[in-house]
This record gives sequence, C-alpha cells and structure tokens, in this order.
Amino acid sequence: MPLTTVHPQFIIKRDMDLCIQCGVCTRQCSYDAQKIDPEDGRVSSDPRTCVGCQRCVTLCPTGALVVTERELHGRSHPNWSLQVQRAIHRQAESGGMLLTGMGTDKNYRIYWDNLVLNASQVTNPSIDPLREPMELRTFLGAKPERVEFDDEGNPVSQAGPLLTLDTPIMFSAMSYGSISFNACYSLARAAKNAGTYFNTGEGGLHRDLYEYADHAIVQVASGRFGVTPQYLDAAAAVEIKIGQGAKPGIGGHLPGEKVSAEISATRMIPEGSDAISPAPHHDIYSIEDLKQLIYALKEATNYSKPVSVKIAAVNYVVPIAVGAVRAGADIVAMDGTRGGSGATPTVIRDNVGIPIEFALAAVDSRLRQEGIRHQASLVVAGGFRNSADIAKAIALGADAVYIGTSALIALGCHMCQSCYTGKCTWGICTQDPYLTKRLNPEIGTRSLTNLLRAWSLEIKEMLGGMGMNSIDSLRGNREMLRGIGLTTEELEILEVAPVGR
Amino acid sequence: MDMHRLPPFKIHAACGTLGILDRTRAAVPAEDIVRGMANMRERGNGLGAGYVGYGIYPEHADDYCLHMMGLDDGARERLRSYLQTVCNIRHDEPIQTRPTPTIHDEPILWRWFVQPREDKLAGRDPEDYLVNVVMTINRDVEGCYIASSGKNMGIFKGVGYPEPIAEYYRLEEYNAHCWIAHTRFPTNTGGWWGGAHPFGLLQWSIVHNGELSSYGVNKRYVASFGYECTLFTDSEVISYMLDLLCRRHRLTIEQAALAMAPPEWEEVDRVTDPARKRMLTIMRQTYPGALLNGPFAVIAGHDGGMVGLSDRLKLRPLVAAEKGARGYIASEEAAIWAAGGQPEKSWPVVAGQPVRFDLYEAKEAAA
Repeated sequence: MPLTTVHPQFIIKRDMDLCIQCGVCTRQCSYDAQKIDPEDGRVSSDPRTCVGCQRCVTLCPTGALVVTERELHGRSHPNWSLQVQRAIHRQAESGGMLLTGMGTDKNYRIYWDNLVLNASQVTNPSIDPLREPMELRTFLGAKPERVEFDDEGNPVSQAGPLLTLDTPIMFSAMSYGSISFNACYSLARAAKNAGTYFNTGEGGLHRDLYEYADHAIVQVASGRFGVTPQYLDAAAAVEIKIGQGAKPGIGGHLPGEKVSAEISATRMIPEGSDAISPAPHHDIYSIEDLKQLIYALKEATNYSKPVSVKIAAVNYVVPIAVGAVRAGADIVAMDGTRGGSGATPTVIRDNVGIPIEFALAAVDSRLRQEGIRHQASLVVAGGFRNSADIAKAIALGADAVYIGTSALIALGCHMCQSCYTGKCTWGICTQDPYLTKRLNPEIGTRSLTNLLRAWSLEIKEMLGGMGMNSIDSLRGNREMLRGIGLTTEELEILEVAPVGR
Repeated sequence: MDMHRLPPFKIHAACGTLGILDRTRAAVPAEDIVRGMANMRERGNGLGAGYVGYGIYPEHADDYCLHMMGLDDGARERLRSYLQTVCNIRHDEPIQTRPTPTIHDEPILWRWFVQPREDKLAGRDPEDYLVNVVMTINRDVEGCYIASSGKNMGIFKGVGYPEPIAEYYRLEEYNAHCWIAHTRFPTNTGGWWGGAHPFGLLQWSIVHNGELSSYGVNKRYVASFGYECTLFTDSEVISYMLDLLCRRHRLTIEQAALAMAPPEWEEVDRVTDPARKRMLTIMRQTYPGALLNGPFAVIAGHDGGMVGLSDRLKLRPLVAAEKGARGYIASEEAAIWAAGGQPEKSWPVVAGQPVRFDLYEAKEAAA
C-alpha cells in the first residue's frame, strides 16, 4: 500500500477470543481488507481498503468481527468534515473525478417522512383486506379520455397497449453488466412471479432471459446497446432512457474489464471494450426528435406495446414530462435525486436533481390541468424504502413505482456504495465469477418475490384502513395525505393540507 | 370573505334519503314525501334538509331555472348584473316562503328563469355554457350561491329538520311528479343553507348518504374536465360526475353506474362473454377517477326519472319499491310505507347495480 494522506473510513474490530482463524473473512473479502498470512495461516485486517460492505461480519461463523465507520477524529469542523477532507485527499492523489455507487448519501430531507396517511373512522368504515377483495391491479399506458359506445352498446373506444400489473411496484432499470446475471435472473423471475415487470436497463436482454421477456421493459438508451428487432419484439414495453436520478445530464460508462464474453454478446460490443453511453442521445436534440424516436419505436413494434420515457427529476421536470406526453410517450418514468446507480460521479449524484416527491406532485397536477393525464401513466423512482413511501407516492399521483435499491438490498446489498469497483462481495454488482456465484438465483428470486408480496399486503392494509378497496381510489388522492413540519410553500406545491386541517 | 360561510375542507355527514316518482307525471303531493322523511328523524340532526321537485314550473318548462341563495340584500342585484351579461332573463321572482318556527338565518331566496344569450354562446353547447355560468356565480359572484339550475325543477333546502323546511318553502303549493328529499347528520358543520342537500347541476339532483373515501380522486378527476368543487361535499362531486358521464360522455345511466361502482376485477375475470369482458375492462381502465369508493347510497333525479345506486360493498342501506305508477327509493323501507302505504313490491338495491325508474313517456320515446 503506498503512503497516502487518505485516512481509513472504517475500523475493523476482531474479537480474538472469538476468532478461530478459519479464514472465511479473507476468502469473502474482495477488497484485500482481510488477509491470511501464507506462511503461518494467521488472519489479519487492513482497514485502509475496507469499504464497509459487512460481508465478513455477516459470514464470520463465530461473530468475531465488527466493521464500523470511523468516528470523526482530530478537531471537528462543520465545513471541513471528515468526508469532505477525504474527498480532497483522494482527488489530490488521483487528479480524477470521484466515483460512487447507489443514491446520494447526503442528508437531504426525505419528504415521505413528512407526510402521513389517513385512516377512516365512523363516518366511513375501514375495510378489512382479509374479508374483502382489495384491488391493486394497475394498468400502465395511454387510456381513452372517455368510452364511446356503438348503437349495440359495444364500446368503440380502445385503450393503447397497456402493461397490466398485479401490484403497483416494478423493478427499476438495472443492466446486465452493472449487475450480475444471477441478479438479473432473480429480478426477471420475481417479476413474473409477482405479476409485474423488470427493466433491462441499457444492457440488452441476455438470451437466457428471453423466457421472461413478457415481463421485461427493455431500454433504448443513448448507447443503443443490445437493441435488436428481436429485443424490441420480445419485450412487454420499450423505455427510452433520457436521464437517471443519480446522474442527471450525464451518460454511463461500463469499463472494459467488466465486458465479458456474455456481456459482449448481449450488448453487441467487442469483448473487453468500454461501453460508453453518451450523455445525450445523438439523435435527440429537441422534443421533436424525442417524438421521432418514440414513434420510430412504436412503428418498429407495430404499436403493440407502450413506449416509456424515463427522465431524471430536475428543475424543469414539469415541462419535460409534459412534453414527453405530448410527444407520444405512453408512460413517463421519473427518477428522483435519491435514485441509485452502479457508478456515478459523486459530485453529480450529490448535487444535481430534485426529490421525487415534488417532481411527482408538480407533474401530476400539470398533466391534470392540461387535461392529458389519461394519455400517459406516471411511474416514479428514487429511493423508495418501504410500502408506505409507495402508498404516499400513489396518493400524490403516481400510477406505479420502480424500486431498484430496495430490490438490491433484498438480494443482500449492504449499501457500501462501492458498486463502481466491480468487486461487490455480495455477488450483485460484479462480473467476477468467483463473486457472482455467491448470489443464488433461487434464493434471490424468493427474496424479491417475498418483498413484493410483503409490500403488497401492507399496501392493501393501508388502503383498507383508508376505507378503500381499490388502488384506483388512492391514485392522486391527496386528501389522504397530511403534511407535518413542512413550509406553506412546500405544502402548496405538494397540494397537501397540513396536519390538523 | 368566505363567500359560502363554509370551511374549505371536506364535510362529513350521514343521512336519510327518499325519492318518489310518478311515472305517469301525475302530481305526487308534497305531504307524502314529508311524511316519509318525518319517519327517518333518527337519520338527521336538524342541521340540514331539503327537497327537489321535478315538473314544478310548467309555465317556464323550457327555461333554465336558477334558485339563488343570497347572503345579503345586495346579492340579488349583484347576480342580476352578472346574469344580464351572460343570459336573457325571461322572468324572475322571489321563492315563496312562510315564517316557520325553528327556521331562522334564512338567506335571500330568488328564482330566475333564463336562457343563454345567443350572442355569447358562439356555437358552444348551451348546457356546457350554463354549467360554466353556474360555476362562475358560485365562485365569483359575492354572496350568491345557485342551489339548482335545471329546467322545470327546483331545489328547496336549508338548515332544519325536513318537516319545517317543507313548511317554510310552502312545498304543498307545487305540483311535482317527482320529489326527492334528504335529511342530514353533519358531523362538523352546520349553519350554511347552501351546504344542505339535494345538490343540483342542470337536470341532475343528488341526495346521498355516505362518505366517499375516494373524494380526493373524484374531485381532481372532475376538475380536469373543468368542474370546480366549491362545497366540498360528496353530493356535489357526484352531481358533476353524472353531468360529465351522462351528458358530456354520453353514457347511459347503466354505463355511468359501471364507471362509478364497477364490478371488482375478480368478477370481471370470471366473465365468460368476451364482448362483455372487454366492455367492463375498458370501462375500468378509462374511469378509475370516477370510481366512488367507500360507503354511499345515492338517489339521483333527472328529467326522465330517478335512479338509485349504492357502493359496490353496499355499506349504506338503499331500498326500492313500486306501487302502481309510483316508484320509490329510500334509505329505509319504513319511509316508503310512511309515504305511500304498503308497496306492491320492494327490494334491496343490489351493491353497485343501479335501480332506475323512468317516466313512461321517456321509455316510449326511447323505444
């Protein structure tokens, strides 16, 4: 290890009374923070390379290990926190942009925690989901404004191609390449089990996942990786990726080391070459261009599947989202500032974009004002932690949500934010065969299916409590929300009354 | 100034409702409906009651009749100056009342028979135009509130129990072939006459017992078609919904009922006829915002008759009955007996399925 001014972020404590020198920690650590002496077989730790992934802690058979974040040492300073100093030290050494993974760890306010849900009492009874049907079925896509009937009483109006969801939760875009095949496989199978959809990201669809393509939303991103007629034909829906909450305004980069033979075949790029997604689509420089791509994809798929446009929530998210609807998008997916990523420049992740709560409230209201809310569904993403966040998002106006990070946590992620290193000890965000085999897709599928089931049950319970038996009656029902500890202006934008009123 | 003396939030209430229609257009004496309502005293608390009568203005049958409630003496002149800019006023007069014990704080009550001004219509649908006029008055003309706006019908409502309200409005002087009445038990508001029910918009009048959990969705759904809820009551939003679905979207009452109280997906999934399944599916996909969720039992009056509809779990009582040419819908069967004696046939309104009584002439016209 060269001499460095960067002080270690973690402390590795090993209880020598418990440690049996078995070496599990050394085999689990892909960051060389746990080592075994080849001569005497003794294990030792090096906190300087530790990322705090908790793999060794979790797998230590005797519970001998604790890895904790290093407390502030030395003299404290509010402006020059340990984190700030560490970033400067690292950049002084490397001269590069700092990379990170996952959504921002900056302490932005999580507005979901300032919104509370309603419950019915007396004047309208709550409904018991164990006794009454409780409907979560959700359709994504363009619906007619009204239903017209012919003289025989048969409807002549038609909805556009729609996605049918048994629960309003989908798996967010995570590409094969950014995550392992086993992770993709688990997501695909869980989506099928739960009657929902997974999203390929911009990594193409691996040939072994075509079996699940009727539950796949396939992305067409700026790199166009893996986009073939077969890919578009197989999918349930096509999503044009414009932006991502963790990196609005910038493209993506999958380093060549990760481009294995399988990824090379799936993405249709040479093995070992960097996969660069440009910041903009090189054929989209205006809203008319977006419209052309939307219709090119509709033509290519014979108008048989909805086309989604995914954007990041930024200052001008309202006109962009409304423009996408007017350009023909059947679904607008918006990703908030807390949205995750496998690799993003820290400065972008932590400083660009707005919380999804406000983007959602503003876009839903504007689409209603313009009378075009039925023309497209709104899907929101960006740090949904539990079913309550989801229920609140639906009350603000979302049709469904995308979950990414929470799905990865269900697969074992411990939020070390080191996805970009490609050394994920949990086998999720890596292509190293030694690591990827740690994620058993059977268990992964079960965990994800369980998560969707548990959250769906909870949403039903909350719906029943609010005296409703259909998710339709929660969607955009801001009367079901009250704000606590929010400013008048925030409440006004959210169109939510304060608690007590 | 809070124009309607109403707090700007949702009003909770429970209620008793009764509707009587004579399908031959023979007059139904007001005393019948008052007797029926008196029988449901338990369902109200004296903080609001009202009636709607259809067929009461035969001499002005083709004019829209606006029933105004004014908060002060100037209200009438303010309304007149506004109305003159948008409508031709064919006739206007006070709504006749008599001093009645227990009835107080009454507003200025005036009726106006109007037609949209041709020069202002400019090719627009006259009913759309009238809706807009009513919305504008309720929102912008200070101290004025339009209780009803249909042709050959009118709403009489106020703060009190149903019997004194009927006496105050001298209902016995009107010949109506259809009366629908309401008594309410508001939990958090009283005081303002406009907040009593029925609620009306053009031909539709609504009385309602229940509490919509989906109110926030329904309100925003009708708002996207230009209906602005100013009273924060379920009846108001249901009226707008019926006007939207039946008049603007040209749905039949049965189709509108499918939008407002649709069968559950479990049931749709079991339907074997593909055409029916397709119809139910497209209705639910298109009208999630029209789904009225939570307990409700509605009686809606319109030009051609009367409809009853309850929520799809049947969380509020609603009974229908027939006797000769008369159709009845009520919260309680006892009210029907009190109003018209023993019916020939009575049945509970099935969850989510509308019961309709049509004027015979309307049926013939349709045939």
